[in-house]
Amino acid sequence: MSGLVAFWMFVAGLFFIAPQQLKAEDKHDEGHHKKEFNAGQKIIDHIVDAYEWHILDIGDFHLSVPFPVILYDEGNWHVFMSSKFKHGYASYKGYEIAKEGNLKGKVIRKAEDGTEIRPLDLSITKNVFSIFFASGLIIFLFMSISKAYKRTRKHAPKGIQSVLEPLIMFIRDEIAITSIGRNKYEKFLPYLLTVFFFIFFNNLLGIVPIFPGGANVTGNIAVTGVLALFTFFITAIRANKNYWMHIFNTPGVPWWLKFPVPLMPIIELVGVFTKPFVLMVRLFANITAGHIIILGFISLIFVFGQTSIFAGYGISVISITLAIFIFFLELLVAFIQAYVFTLLSAIYFGMAVEEHHHEEGHH
Amino acid sequence: MELVNPGIGLIFWMTLAFGTVFFVLSKFAWPSILRALKEREQHIEEALQAADITKEEMKKLKIDNEKLLKEAKDERDAILNDARKIRDKMIDEARIRANEEADRIVESARERIENEKMAAMVEMKNQIAKVSIDIAEMILREKMKSDKAQTDFIERIIDESRLN
Repeated sequence: MSGLVAFWMFVAGLFFIAPQQLKAEDKHDEGHHKKEFNAGQKIIDHIVDAYEWHILDIGDFHLSVPFPVILYDEGNWHVFMSSKFKHGYASYKGYEIAKEGNLKGKVIRKAEDGTEIRPLDLSITKNVFSIFFASGLIIFLFMSISKAYKRTRKHAPKGIQSVLEPLIMFIRDEIAITSIGRNKYEKFLPYLLTVFFFIFFNNLLGIVPIFPGGANVTGNIAVTGVLALFTFFITAIRANKNYWMHIFNTPGVPWWLKFPVPLMPIIELVGVFTKPFVLMVRLFANITAGHIIILGFISLIFVFGQTSIFAGYGISVISITLAIFIFFLELLVAFIQAYVFTLLSAIYFGMAVEEHHHEEGHH
Repeated sequence: MELVNPGIGLIFWMTLAFGTVFFVLSKFAWPSILRALKEREQHIEEALQAADITKEEMKKLKIDNEKLLKEAKDERDAILNDARKIRDKMIDEARIRANEEADRIVESARERIENEKMAAMVEMKNQIAKVSIDIAEMILREKMKSDKAQTDFIERIIDESRLN
């Protein structure tokens, strides 16, 4: 296990450091090597959101799927296709995609004094499109198996039903019932099932390298943040008296930890917020790291290819082997991260509705 | 850094999309799926229990059947045994009776033969006696033809009677 961790550290380190060095070199002799391959930039471009779905480049020809840009600026709505930006090289109606700075890659408007103004941006981006696609897929799949269940009733599942049924049973029996308890799991089960399949499907789509897969949806902090917020609000709304009592007046703790300085309540309250925060960061970091590693291995070919074409071909054998290995690992991670998110949500729900027995003492 | 800087647009659309998925599935998909799963589990549970009960009953029935079969066999054996005994007895009795009958027949035949024999003997004796008497008469008549012989005879008888 520790060997594996060390290996990851090494790999991650390699690709976090290498791009920066490349970048530094880039700046150093700018003008000489205009088209130098920048692995770090390429990887980041792949894993962050975009206004168009870039598919491939052949020379100066860029094949990409444009999405609508929806902006709300100074009381007006502006809706136009992202193809108007000509892949970021042109501005449209005064809007353009920022090329550097904090807002790099976002739609901005340059004010007269040169400052960049960010309008309210509700554009259908690559990730938004991917979320819609996954959502449609999930709704279609589960509506159809729901119909299948109505039809087959007490008979054995068939087709896609028999693929999804073990997962549904697993979430019900191993996650919901074990973490929340047999009496209370039922009102949380729809959420747990939805969140599991949402993450799982998005993770899997994220691994598929061709359109409409390959967007880094579950590796986006906004997506994981929204999911974590759902868990947070459901926990807070469903929580019983015991849960809040446990936070504001933790039983079994000496009184001087609560008064005059409410140390324990503060710690417990911080805990309430760290829980969803941890959910958000874990999913984001795991999926993003997976994407970075795979892209890193692929980039390695081009990095070596720049020094010598033979080195590039040579390294490609090793790179592709390692990338395939990581792909398999990512398949596993896709399931594990969906499972972990669901399990932790279930545990938080379980804590929120647990009936405490104070006589037995507390940890 | 862009990587950890959530976009408002994405948050908005994500909330909308996930909320819709959650709502639609919670309303139309999960209840019927979960209900169907539960029903099927109960159905299987019941079927298994019913199967167990049936198995138990079958076992009992089999034991009963075996007992019945055994009883029937025993009864058949007993009946056969009895029949054999009766047959043997009947044969024995018949044999004894036949022997007795034969004995009796033989006995009666013997008796009749004896009787016949006796009758014949008596007849013969009577015949012989009659013949003897006739002969004796003839002899006497011959002997007593002369007066002298008669006198001699009378004398001898007298003599004999004197002697007495």
